[in-house]
Amino acid sequence: MLTTVVEKLKTQFPNSILDVREFRGETTVHIKKEDIVKVCTFLRDDESGLFDYCSDVCGADSYTPENRFEVIYNLYSLSYKHRIRLKVFVDETDLHCPSVTSVWPGANWPERETYDMFGIIFDGHNDLRRMYMPEDFEYFPLRKDFPMMGVPDSIPLPRK
Amino acid sequence: MNIEQAMDIRQQKILAALENKNTSVYFDDALENEMILNMGPQHPATHGVLRLLIKLDGETVAACVPELGYLHRGYEKLAENVSYHEFIPHTDRLDYLSPLMNNTAYVLAVEKLVGIEAPKRAQYIRTIISEMARISSHLLGIGALAMDVGALTVFTWTFREREKMYDIFELLTGARFTTSFTRVGGLAHDMTPEVITAVKEFITQFPEKFNECITMLNTNRIFVERMDGIGVITREQAVAMGMSGPNIRAVGLEHDLRRTQPYLVYNELDFNIPVLNGGDCLARYYVRLNEVKESVKIVLQCLEKMPAGPVHANEPKKVLPRKEQIYTRMEELIHDFMLINFGVNPPVGEVYNAIEASKGELGFYIQSRGEGHPWRLKIRSPSFMNLQSTAQLVEGGMISDIVAVLGSLDPVMGEADK
Repeated sequence: MLTTVVEKLKTQFPNSILDVREFRGETTVHIKKEDIVKVCTFLRDDESGLFDYCSDVCGADSYTPENRFEVIYNLYSLSYKHRIRLKVFVDETDLHCPSVTSVWPGANWPERETYDMFGIIFDGHNDLRRMYMPEDFEYFPLRKDFPMMGVPDSIPLPRK
Repeated sequence: MNIEQAMDIRQQKILAALENKNTSVYFDDALENEMILNMGPQHPATHGVLRLLIKLDGETVAACVPELGYLHRGYEKLAENVSYHEFIPHTDRLDYLSPLMNNTAYVLAVEKLVGIEAPKRAQYIRTIISEMARISSHLLGIGALAMDVGALTVFTWTFREREKMYDIFELLTGARFTTSFTRVGGLAHDMTPEVITAVKEFITQFPEKFNECITMLNTNRIFVERMDGIGVITREQAVAMGMSGPNIRAVGLEHDLRRTQPYLVYNELDFNIPVLNGGDCLARYYVRLNEVKESVKIVLQCLEKMPAGPVHANEPKKVLPRKEQIYTRMEELIHDFMLINFGVNPPVGEVYNAIEASKGELGFYIQSRGEGHPWRLKIRSPSFMNLQSTAQLVEGGMISDIVAVLGSLDPVMGEADK
């Protein structure tokens, strides 16, 4: 089933698919950043996929000069009970990425979390605030250049 | 001055204040005035540290904005800096009401990444402890929900049962809460006959005690009418918002990863998936209640079917050796040294593995670069995704229903805030 989805994706969006990878029986499809909403809408509505359930959206920092950040979408189909993973690259110089909240409203908080942790700005998101960290926090903690022990004085502590 | 005189003075003051027009405020219509109420983060009904900003129109909730992050401990950052084994204790602190289940979910993801599988006996034991954790978590969910809406006794009764379970967990793992029982490729140690007897004893007396608790609630008209028809979510909304677990099964959708993507030994067991159609607080409560009964069935079957044998996979380079072997044998000593100092070193790749935890789909997404620690570890926590619908559920309802809605969603902030 999943192979037909990937084949269909390839014929439908020949210029959007950058790479398809298989590992431990899981399929990861690399997508061009600009086309992510188109591909997601197709995957949600197409008969062969019906990925109507967005399990998760998360980011990752590869710490490379180009295409430093990744945004990863873990999708699930309630009808066919299969999973697929999409991935887009976001460059450090252009931290914008289209939001998929129009496709799955449930991507709202995960995208906010990704913004909070990596600083990726989701265009089209209606409420892009920090999820966990204080609003006036300057850093993005899950970036690899943020030290694990934190930055001293980055969060003001209550005085006596 | 005696008490009568004091009362007199007070009365006069009140009268004076009422006569003075400046001290009182007149509204044309009290309902026209909107009020912002801050609920939490230290509110007992939020089951942790959840803050809700509520805009009230009289007693009706006009808008609700949940604020998270009061229990954010940065576990995803920590995971990138510790080895795969060292992260197991941290998983206890995610959903701290069912730590054994989190341990299982995490090691299943790592095992998928490494490409090994635990032996049959270990898988059966993992199933038993997962279901025990589910019972314990749902007991708290039901008890706390009842307490939030005013039925105080049930909470103490469910806690009595949970206390017995914690005794078993202590016997099994050495700790009541922070169990850290699973290991990559197996378990910390085997389940002793002593523990098996304890589990059997508990599980045979449990259904009767549980029936006592739920009869108290199901026949309580105040409780049932308090829960019925509030916090309603439709099937389409629930799917779109990424709800999972008992909450999504309460909207008439048979979505349970134990059935749809079987892991451990769930495809060898006979159990039902409770599904209800209401989509309201009562339906969510009933799904949890029925799930506890199914979990009892699962534990009984596992105890029956559990085979003898090892609880560690025969993968010396990936699975921690036994302590007694480390002290007596050279080979095991080397493996232990390598595993502790350099880690499991899975191949380069990425996996996402999810299990049906007590709150819903608990998934671990791991990116590996072939090192002893994960490059990126993302926790897909069910409470986080379930809480996302809070605003939808409470808006348009009464302010007093918020506690019932939150209780029926059963979030755990340790997991939602990571």
